[in-house]
Amino acid sequence: MDQMTSATTMTDIALLSVRNCKQAYHKDAAADLVVLDDVDLTLREGEIVGLLGRSGSGKSTLLRIVSGLLKPTSGDVQWRGKPVTGPVDGVAMVFQSFALFPWLTVQENVELGLEALGISKKEREDRTEAAIDLIGLGGYDRAYPKELSGGMRQRVGLARALVVHPDLLLMDEPFSALDVLTAETLRTDLIDLWMDGKLPVKSILMVTHNIEEAVLMCDRVLVFSSNPGRVAHELTVPFAHPRNRHDPEFRQMVDDIYGIMTRRKTPAETKQAAPTPATGFATPLHPIGTNLMAGLMETLAGPPYEGRADLPALAAVLQLEADELLPLGETLQLLGFAELTEGDIILTDQGRKFVHAETDDRKALFATIIRTHVPLVAAIRQVIDERWNHRASAVRFRDELEDHMSPEYAEETLRTAISWGRYAELYAYDEEAQQFSLEDIEED
Amino acid sequence: MANITAPALLSSRRLPNIWDLGAGLVVFSALIAVTHVARHTLGPLPAAQTTTIHLDPSYLPAYAVRTTLRMFAALLFSLIFTFTFATLAAKSRRAAMVLIPLLDILQSVPILGFLSFTVVFFMNLFPGRVLGAELAAIFAIFTSQAWNMAFSFYQSLTTLPSDLNEAAISFRLSAWQRFWKLDVPFAMPGLVWNTMLSMSGGWFFVVASEAITVGNTTFTLPGIGSYVATALDHKNIWAIGYAIFTMLIVILLYDQLLFRPLVAWSGKFRFETTAGISTPDPWMLLLIRRTRVLRWAGEAVGDAASALGRLRLKLPARQAAANKPPSKIIDFIWIVLISAVALLALWRVVEYVSASLHWSDLATVLVDGLITMLRVVVLMIIAALVWVPIGVWIGLRPGATRIAQPIAQFLAAFPANLLFPIFVIAIVYFHVNANIWLTPLMLIGTQWYILFNVIAGAAAFPGDLKEVSANFRISGLLWWRRVIIPGILPYFVTGAITASGGAWNASIVAEVASWGNTHLVARGLGSYIAQATTDGSTPRIVLGVAVMSGFVVLFNRALWRPLYAYATRRTTLG
Repeated sequence: MDQMTSATTMTDIALLSVRNCKQAYHKDAAADLVVLDDVDLTLREGEIVGLLGRSGSGKSTLLRIVSGLLKPTSGDVQWRGKPVTGPVDGVAMVFQSFALFPWLTVQENVELGLEALGISKKEREDRTEAAIDLIGLGGYDRAYPKELSGGMRQRVGLARALVVHPDLLLMDEPFSALDVLTAETLRTDLIDLWMDGKLPVKSILMVTHNIEEAVLMCDRVLVFSSNPGRVAHELTVPFAHPRNRHDPEFRQMVDDIYGIMTRRKTPAETKQAAPTPATGFATPLHPIGTNLMAGLMETLAGPPYEGRADLPALAAVLQLEADELLPLGETLQLLGFAELTEGDIILTDQGRKFVHAETDDRKALFATIIRTHVPLVAAIRQVIDERWNHRASAVRFRDELEDHMSPEYAEETLRTAISWGRYAELYAYDEEAQQFSLEDIEED
Repeated sequence: MANITAPALLSSRRLPNIWDLGAGLVVFSALIAVTHVARHTLGPLPAAQTTTIHLDPSYLPAYAVRTTLRMFAALLFSLIFTFTFATLAAKSRRAAMVLIPLLDILQSVPILGFLSFTVVFFMNLFPGRVLGAELAAIFAIFTSQAWNMAFSFYQSLTTLPSDLNEAAISFRLSAWQRFWKLDVPFAMPGLVWNTMLSMSGGWFFVVASEAITVGNTTFTLPGIGSYVATALDHKNIWAIGYAIFTMLIVILLYDQLLFRPLVAWSGKFRFETTAGISTPDPWMLLLIRRTRVLRWAGEAVGDAASALGRLRLKLPARQAAANKPPSKIIDFIWIVLISAVALLALWRVVEYVSASLHWSDLATVLVDGLITMLRVVVLMIIAALVWVPIGVWIGLRPGATRIAQPIAQFLAAFPANLLFPIFVIAIVYFHVNANIWLTPLMLIGTQWYILFNVIAGAAAFPGDLKEVSANFRISGLLWWRRVIIPGILPYFVTGAITASGGAWNASIVAEVASWGNTHLVARGLGSYIAQATTDGSTPRIVLGVAVMSGFVVLFNRALWRPLYAYATRRTTLG
């Protein structure tokens, strides 16, 4: 692709422009939960732009704002110079979960968007057949989605979006529900069609959490930071298609992005989100199991890593995506078991101690650590200890968490605290009664 | 490759085959029956009131057709109601605040108690025409069908997968297109299943609503129900036998021709992305698919329907989902408005009832209610003790399941009130206590729900868990307690809810029975309402029905819902 280096000056052919976009969820009690903050995005004809970031960084939210499915709390979204107020003509979306209608055949699914436009039967059939053939679905016309493999299903999703000849194709993690090989085939097929100019689209905007995918497909990558979601970095990918994953420059770029995504917040950024006691209590916890943590620490401690590993390499060996490995690394960092720097993960002395300990000692060590490093766990245990009957309802903790984060994150955080506390034998939890207690917990 | 079926291939096989012949007979007989009945309904009413029901079995086929047509007329109204009411409730939060509790109560109201009101209402609406009585009967059936269908549709609409929802919006389907492309198909399996339950209940009501006595007036509509009522008056055992036999055939036809194919067809809409194990198609569906004429007709109907669904009926453009909190002030005004209406209604009812009733009446009704509740509880326990072991035995044997499951479903659809006379004759003959022996009638029709749900539960019991319990040699009481009963609990509760709801309703017709001049009465809330209806005492009917609704709601809230929540929470992994 031709490289577009000049930035926002070329507004004359901008398809889409997003200015100062902010998305927040209203809560009754506390301040709004900001998901997206101060996001700018300009999209021009002829480019593939990737939104790269961790889950919860608001990139999917941005995609929904662009598509008109969601109205931003504030900010300005313009499509071809006109404000976006609802689903717009010329934008079609491909979904992570495919979102195919199970009661419609492949052909009927693809025709759907055309029917909505009120296009005549003859033209519908012609365009549907063309899209089906283009995307390699010929012969599957009369099949139902449940008869198809995941890869074929996503092809239907692609054909359904392409058949309306959108100017902008939106893709929400389109390949993340597919296995590695299938995803790769679909990516290269799509890029081939794009390069040959066979796709009836002018521009593509895709959301991904897969760093290699972004470098492989996109001309421009916006790296999002989390909590709240902001554009932390913008990179231009200078390589010509077809790109080679093993090219040293390609590898270097992937490494660099890992570095950006694991970079600690600058002092200025940290100051902005100063961890008051309240927010400390309400730090979102990733739902990482203790077995997974132990597994990663053992891997790191052993050969060939001997305590230090390059994240992209580690991700490749463990067959984990950045979106899976990074929360794991961050959780180890939060607990003081490991450090993340410049795309590397380094096991701390604490981590080594854990690796070499026996089961009971591990639990004891883990208990000490989460009581000091995780304010939520400490608070739960403290409340139980203070109560005359040594019981505490989970509801109050959930309510307090929900003042600071979305209900889903609150639930996830609480679940994680329950699971860690159970492993550490700090408290027991009764699911039916939604109650913490000290039953079967040996006092020490 | 995609176009391997050329149109020419079709034209070479246009001659009708043997399948067409059978199917043609079915369709034509249905058409003839419809035209025959339509001519009668516009006759003047006096003719209807003096209608003599002939006990000659040769009249029965015509009666059966009329009864069946009432059923389907009511079903049509139920569907229209479902599509509008439930959609409104699902799309408007404020409407849902009113409509959903309303639906919840309506589900628990014993409709039989209201028969007398509706008859009078519709008779006044169309004085001098049979149509009034017909509409009253249809309305009675409608009230037995509509609520759970609407509820099922509403539940489907509120659990639409968010990605499909977004796809429909982002491809800019109009509200009308969306309704037919997304809402209705997604709700289809649940709706068909609930329609089946509704129809089973409906047969019961159509039989009950064809011969209604309010005060001194008896309204009779020709049909199987009035035939049985007349047979009871004339102490004609043979006629009752004929009626039961006719009903067996009607239910068999309805089951085989309509519902089996419909349920199998609705499987297409089940929201699952993996191909499940397919069960053999019912013969009627095969017939439709294999018969050229029928398939052509089916496709024509399907094309017309989808053309209808494609219309781009422009409703106000959909706003993007804003996340603004809903206006508190309007909410407040709305709630105040609802409360005012509710209070007004309460005041009206209290005023009306207290004008002619005394506190002692309430006490009587409450005691009667407790007696009926005792009956329901005892019956449920007995039914569980009988049907759970049998159901488990059947469910664990695939061969037996294949045979027993359709039979149980069939029996559930059979209107049990046709079987009441047999019990009544036995009670009269043996001179036993009506208070005890009329009781089983309440559950005779609905116990099958327990059986077929238990069978389904046992059949779905995971194979690995069966192997584990065999491997650890878990048997006897321990196996029942720890393995199978928890395994089938959600299924059992589902069946039991349906069964107990039906039992309350049935008590109105089950606690009183007559054979010629012999009248049997079992004390309870059902007989209280039935007696009040016969006397034409409206305040007492209102009181009885209100108290019974209260009991049913209480029963559901205090017992079944917590039990179901517990069962699903405890017995599913993850």
